[in-house]
Amino acid sequence: MRRYSAFAIARQAFRHHEGWERAWRSPEPKARYDVVIVGAGGHGLATAYYLGKNHGIRNVAVIEKGWLGGGNTGRNTTIIRSNYLQDPSAAIYEKARSLYETLSQDLNYNVMFSPRGVMMLAQTEHEIRGYQRTAHANALQGVATEFISPRRVKELCPIINLDGPRYPVLGALWQPRGGTARHDAVAWGYARACSDIGMDIIQQTEVTGVQREGGQVVGIDTTRGPIACGKLGIVVAGHSGVMAERAGFRLPIESVALQALVSEPIKPVMDVVVMANTVHGYMSQSDKGEMVIGGGADGYNNYTQRGSFHHVEETVRALIETFPIISRLKMLRWWGGIVDMTGDRSPIISKTPVEGVFVNCGWGTGGFKAIPGSGWAMAELMAKGHSPLADAFSLDRFREGRFIDESVAAGVAH
Amino acid sequence: MLTFRCPYCGIDACETELAPGGEAHLKRFGPGSADADFEAYLFLRHNAKGVHFERWRHAMGCGKWFLAARCTATLEVFGTYPAQTPEPPQDIVAAIRAKRPDWSLS
Repeated sequence: MRRYSAFAIARQAFRHHEGWERAWRSPEPKARYDVVIVGAGGHGLATAYYLGKNHGIRNVAVIEKGWLGGGNTGRNTTIIRSNYLQDPSAAIYEKARSLYETLSQDLNYNVMFSPRGVMMLAQTEHEIRGYQRTAHANALQGVATEFISPRRVKELCPIINLDGPRYPVLGALWQPRGGTARHDAVAWGYARACSDIGMDIIQQTEVTGVQREGGQVVGIDTTRGPIACGKLGIVVAGHSGVMAERAGFRLPIESVALQALVSEPIKPVMDVVVMANTVHGYMSQSDKGEMVIGGGADGYNNYTQRGSFHHVEETVRALIETFPIISRLKMLRWWGGIVDMTGDRSPIISKTPVEGVFVNCGWGTGGFKAIPGSGWAMAELMAKGHSPLADAFSLDRFREGRFIDESVAAGVAH
Repeated sequence: MLTFRCPYCGIDACETELAPGGEAHLKRFGPGSADADFEAYLFLRHNAKGVHFERWRHAMGCGKWFLAARCTATLEVFGTYPAQTPEPPQDIVAAIRAKRPDWSLS
């Protein structure tokens, strides 16, 4: 594969840009792979990439029901941060955030990581105390965050209305090296890198069954025929429960819809990410100028990738009080994704009751930020049987009551 | 937007009038039960893609809990019934079978 560079662009400019290769191959599936990953989203592709890069396992296929990066990877609001309360969470999210810093160079693909800073507003007394606690925890974990005053909030984000009557801004948890990245590029970059080291990415192919012999996985059935495998990684987010059922076990997961929307593009008005968890809204401005807005998840099980009007109304109503400038904006696009929620709002990266089957799921409303760290940990778990980053996120924590409770620290928004 | 008929008031209530309450017909396990049973009761939901029995509360109406059968893949509502019903009633099961011939109550 030819590397992307300024010289490559110049060279292609002389050839009318007709010499670009496809970024990844679309091969026919082989009869057997050492490892099959189900789900070619960010987490699945990152798992495959680090299996190859860190552990030398390259006879790998990534199988995708739809198109690559077409699920939650292409539907999130692209926020990257690692200001979590619990130590295992801070470790894996900070690993991910630090990998994002150099991901473009690592993959030779511009993922447009923009560490513009993430601000989580404290709008009640409880939130002030909660975020101060998180800032102290982050200091001990080595994650750079600080609790800042309303004046500093206004300096960093001038369009904010500090003294809204219902939800005044009383301070914020500020992570200067948090930010955003281009979500599609993260999937595409990993896919290109995986394809380059000889892995097969097989799109438009659904996994319909998991073949087992004596409690051990031996292969999968797909819409393009059976494929034998040594190990199987299920990395399918909202459909984790469906895939687990096909493999013969149940997961502590419920699938609900989470929605987001973007406005018409406007001139630059904010260069930070602002999250307001009390009112279930968060906003940033994309490079195109659109205001990217996310809200809370629906409260009922849903697989339709559609949202509901009233949730959008609630989100926008609250954000208009904090950002009066957006009140006249037209909204351009609005979409939903199916997120996999666990009871403690922390992910599951674990072995399963079926030998050789591993799951990476439960990222809920905040998986995008974790993609590189999640892939790193899942690859290590699949290659070696355990991983310092993943061990705390095992499935048996629910039976043992060993929760990694981020439901308060993470709030609803990610 | 989802619409359910409240089995107590008899009115068609839309989603904004209702509060969702998760999966219905859970078998409860308390102190002294096996670890696996307790874990399953607390965390391991069906999370079905398809027919789903669930609890709703008519929060902005009569305030009572009721149960509903709904498809999570199409958002189709098959029917509602009172919360005191220990298992899905025959007419609801028939309504589901009429539209989902392959479905079975598991």
